Amino acid sequence: MTEKLQSAFKKLTGKGKLSESDVKEAMRDVRMALLEADVNYAVVKEFVNKVTEKAIGQGVLESLTPGQQVIKIVNEQLIELMGSSQSKIKWASAPPTVIMMVGLQGSGKTTTSAKLAGYLAKQGKNPLLVACDIYRPAAVKQLQIVGQKVNIPVFSLEGANPVAISQQALEYAKKHSNDVVILDTAGRLHIDDEMMQELEDIKSSVHPDEILLVVDAMTGQDAVNVAKNFNERLAIDGVVLTKLDGDTRGGAALSVKAVTGKPIKFVGMGEKLDDLEPFHPDRIASRILGM
Amino acid sequence: NSSKVIDEEFYDQLEELLILADVGAKAAESIINDIKKQVKQQKLRDPEQVRALLKDELKRVLSKNAASKDMDLYPRIILVVGVNGVGKTTTIGKLAYKFKQDGRKVLLAAADTFRAAATEQLEIWSQRAGVDIVKHEEGSDPAAVVFDAIQSAKAKKADVIICDTAGRLHNKKNLMEELKKVNRVVEREYPEAYKEVLLVLDATTGQNAVSQARVFKEAVDINSIALTKLDGTAKGGVIIAIADELSVPVKYIGVGEGIDDLQDFEPQNFVSALLDID
Ligand SMILES: Nc1nc2c(ncn2[C@@H]2O[C@H](COP(=O)(O)OP(=O)(O)OP(=O)(O)O)[C@@H](O)[C@H]2O)c(=O)[nH]1
Ligand SMILES: Nc1nc2c(ncn2[C@@H]2O[C@H](COP(=O)(O)OP(=O)(O)OP(=O)(O)O)[C@@H](O)[C@H]2O)c(=O)[nH]1
Ligand SMILES: [K+]
Ligand SMILES: [Mg+2]
Ligand SMILES: [Mg+2]
Repeated sequence: MTEKLQSAFKKLTGKGKLSESDVKEAMRDVRMALLEADVNYAVVKEFVNKVTEKAIGQGVLESLTPGQQVIKIVNEQLIELMGSSQSKIKWASAPPTVIMMVGLQGSGKTTTSAKLAGYLAKQGKNPLLVACDIYRPAAVKQLQIVGQKVNIPVFSLEGANPVAISQQALEYAKKHSNDVVILDTAGRLHIDDEMMQELEDIKSSVHPDEILLVVDAMTGQDAVNVAKNFNERLAIDGVVLTKLDGDTRGGAALSVKAVTGKPIKFVGMGEKLDDLEPFHPDRIASRILGM
Repeated sequence: NSSKVIDEEFYDQLEELLILADVGAKAAESIINDIKKQVKQQKLRDPEQVRALLKDELKRVLSKNAASKDMDLYPRIILVVGVNGVGKTTTIGKLAYKFKQDGRKVLLAAADTFRAAATEQLEIWSQRAGVDIVKHEEGSDPAAVVFDAIQSAKAKKADVIICDTAGRLHNKKNLMEELKKVNRVVEREYPEAYKEVLLVLDATTGQNAVSQARVFKEAVDINSIALTKLDGTAKGGVIIAIADELSVPVKYIGVGEGIDDLQDFEPQNFVSALLDID
């Protein structure tokens, strides 16, 4: 835990019950810790109010000091907000299951597509990767290379638009008994109306079972704008948080969950194609708090 | 932020604005405290004056190390570094085009030999910009690519070499060592060239950018910054803390994916956008 936080909680030791001023003082430091971890300003405000309300007047467990009691409440509330661990894909009743990867430029969609394909192949699935990024230089080639590394076929179609590519990939998958189709779309800004419309068009033409928003764990305050926009336009099903192998505190996780209510399903833990892990709410909670 | 009086609420709103722009909570607090002192000293009464004061203060921090007069030093070699996916390769394409437009002879070095199709990506940019490229196979030694590029630049009398490097998180010791090795090759093989080490930061990044800048500076002595993806809704306020602590100037901003979506950094415009005022 950050030193500041620790000293704040020390001040509370030795008292029997959590008084209003005790809690408020401690929550000032919690607020600072969350903001420094990049949790969005509005999300922090709401969280702090909620926990303050909950903590004031609470009896202190016998085995704990009042300070530890506040930490316990903060931590529990964080974990509750993060949601349970659910790294599950919603399978289509009739295969193939279509998974569409979306997100800002450079967030890790292509890499995560390959990781996910490899992960599902290990569970006995027979995925197909689809190159829907017709814009970024060498995007198709990149997907072909990572696809080959995880031994998963890659569908691409030169000269076609992403909607047509997705549709034909689906036909191809049905013929070749691929039971999972993963669409790697181009990175785009959430405020780029035309590009967001493209995703809506893909969605309405191939009806993905899962739309996963890929978010860079280092994202700052803007994470809420991004997540909100993608969710409003596409009704995403879940989030993948990438680059958690860095030293970021990862407050974006909390922001994204708070504004979309959608679960974080996987985390990216490296550039290697097996660096994909299920999401653990308790770990990210400790990480955000600096514990 | 439309307060008519200077009260705590007014200051809270300013602080909120700064935090939402990724300035950082601690930095925002210290900036606001500083402003409060000055308001007292100068006996200011109009919130507009306080906003102007804040704007000037931020501008001062960002101009402090204003991109140096290094612009006209040739031959030069630019080593482009940064964490994964921030926009290094794209920025190199834009830079190559910019130098080419200025009549310079440019050579690109494809020293990201790690990421899938990184060389192919840079190659497309070299074609778009109309400049030459030196490349090796995927998985080869990045230092060897840079070595070859330097020899080739000397032979062809190129003005500028721009080296792409693989994205790497600054907390990966071995990858930072690899980068240091590339940097040493530049110093050893091309001492007569002006060396620029350009750190690319993504404006979408939060407080982690400070530790990125710190560690890359320590490892390869970065002397300029490009801040990308400012065409989104992120404000990139974290560079204020970076400029303050590390004295490395922001030189360029990236405002899109096109070849001419690179601009010189202007503290004035940047701060206006950050504070949402003119
Ligand atoms: N360290 C680390 N790097 C990652 C992770 N996931 C992706 N990357 C790297 O991040 C960079 C961008 O990844 P891509 O998969 O190309 O991202 P993208 O979202 O497809 O990018 P665009 O298609 O340009 O929008 C690459 O250098 C990847 O190797 C991760 O979990 N950890
Ligand atoms: N909107 C926007 N996108 C950008 C900008 N600069 C780069 N990008 C996009 O960001 C993504 C990543 O860019 P790259 O140039 O591949 O980034 P990189 O740092 O070389 O990535 P790695 O080599 O994988 O570490 C691509 O989709 C680019 O088109 C910018 O200024 N604005
Ligand atoms: K912006
Ligand atoms: Mg991609
Ligand atoms: Mg690159």
